[in-house]
Amino acid sequence: MTRPNKERVESASQTAGPYVHIGLAPTAAGFEIYEEAGRDIAGPNAEGERIRVEGVVWDGAGEPVRDALIEVWQPNAAGNYAPDGVEAGFRGWGRVICDFDTGEWAFETVRPGAKEGAPHLNLWIVARGINIGLHTRMYFPDATEDPVLTQLGARAHTLLATEQTTGVYRFDIRLQGTQETVFFDV
Amino acid sequence: MSGLYPRDWSVQPAANTPDYRTTKFRSPTRPLVRLENTPSDSTGPVFNHDDLGPDDWNLLTNFARPGESPIGPRIFVHGRVLDENARPVPNALVECWQANAGGRYRHKVDTYLAPIDPNFGGCGRTLTDSEGRYRFHTVQPGAYPWPNGPNTWRPAHVHFSVFGEAFAQRLITQCYFEGDPFIPLCAIVQTIPSAEAVDGVTAKLDMSETVPHDMVAYRFDIILRGRHRTWHEGGL
Ligand SMILES: [Fe+2]
Repeated sequence: MTRPNKERVESASQTAGPYVHIGLAPTAAGFEIYEEAGRDIAGPNAEGERIRVEGVVWDGAGEPVRDALIEVWQPNAAGNYAPDGVEAGFRGWGRVICDFDTGEWAFETVRPGAKEGAPHLNLWIVARGINIGLHTRMYFPDATEDPVLTQLGARAHTLLATEQTTGVYRFDIRLQGTQETVFFDV
Repeated sequence: MSGLYPRDWSVQPAANTPDYRTTKFRSPTRPLVRLENTPSDSTGPVFNHDDLGPDDWNLLTNFARPGESPIGPRIFVHGRVLDENARPVPNALVECWQANAGGRYRHKVDTYLAPIDPNFGGCGRTLTDSEGRYRFHTVQPGAYPWPNGPNTWRPAHVHFSVFGEAFAQRLITQCYFEGDPFIPLCAIVQTIPSAEAVDGVTAKLDMSETVPHDMVAYRFDIILRGRHRTWHEGGL
């Protein structure tokens, strides 16, 4: 591959830090200022199965990362990424924070479709101590025939959610350890 | 759809940077898995003016009581969001947050001695215009101590969160202010691997935009990853 002829270099990333909520989820920081973006991923008109996804981000010492913020980017049930070919009000993007005491996070959305490969949610994780946001994917337990999962081989299972009850999925993210979640350079 | 340039990791901090102690248990130990771009990451959320309030960009007024103002030096931070091809990124959502002039955050978990300012929330957001320009009015944030070592201080900074057109361009960074003596002492700044890259996230005093008797201007451009040029753009 030829080296791209760039005129500028990307700005350096810096940690979101422990006070990320002030900017991206001020209610959690403890004040009301404006309607927060990203509270409703699918919107009221989205077709498809309503699901809930929950989990914890675990650090390498086995502690929940209680200050993490996770963003979600997903297509609708037909596999289309907004703004093209989606229902009115479907943005497909949202953000969620971890509980300050337990580290649990959860969001509600619709089960995505996929034009190619297996349906998945794209996730991006920032926190204090994370110098550059981490990209990963959550797949559903029945995922098959996906080129990315195939590429990952023995580590593919770290991207599979488990179904807790009907329509409720759990996806724990592990920053380190033998079961370290796969993170992508995309 | 053309893909993004692969990320240039030589200008980005490593995951594990021991001088910034919290990274120890929060840094993935295995290499990132490189993927070619697909719609999962070459698309991204689109925002519009309906998502924002008219005053969201103005931290001097967006939390202040009527007729009052936050305490501290009045500044504005402005610049452009560009990509690696130096093309403007229009309609980009830029969000910011910062401590007040005393170095105190309006956050449940911040217990620093400096007081909360009743007229300062400390967050703002805006969309870039057609030329990629943005602007925030605010007060100069104060430096503050942090528990990385026995006597460690953050340089004054504004946190920035930026969206491009692709989710893979998503970036959070911090804007420092030129001449701040804490910049070379700060373990978070020094996660950045080169002085040039630190300079890239250091706002410059901008006398040409400074408003006499009113506000000091700082210039801070944000560069997001660029896309490979497609053949039909080549000659234009
Ligand atoms: Fe900060």
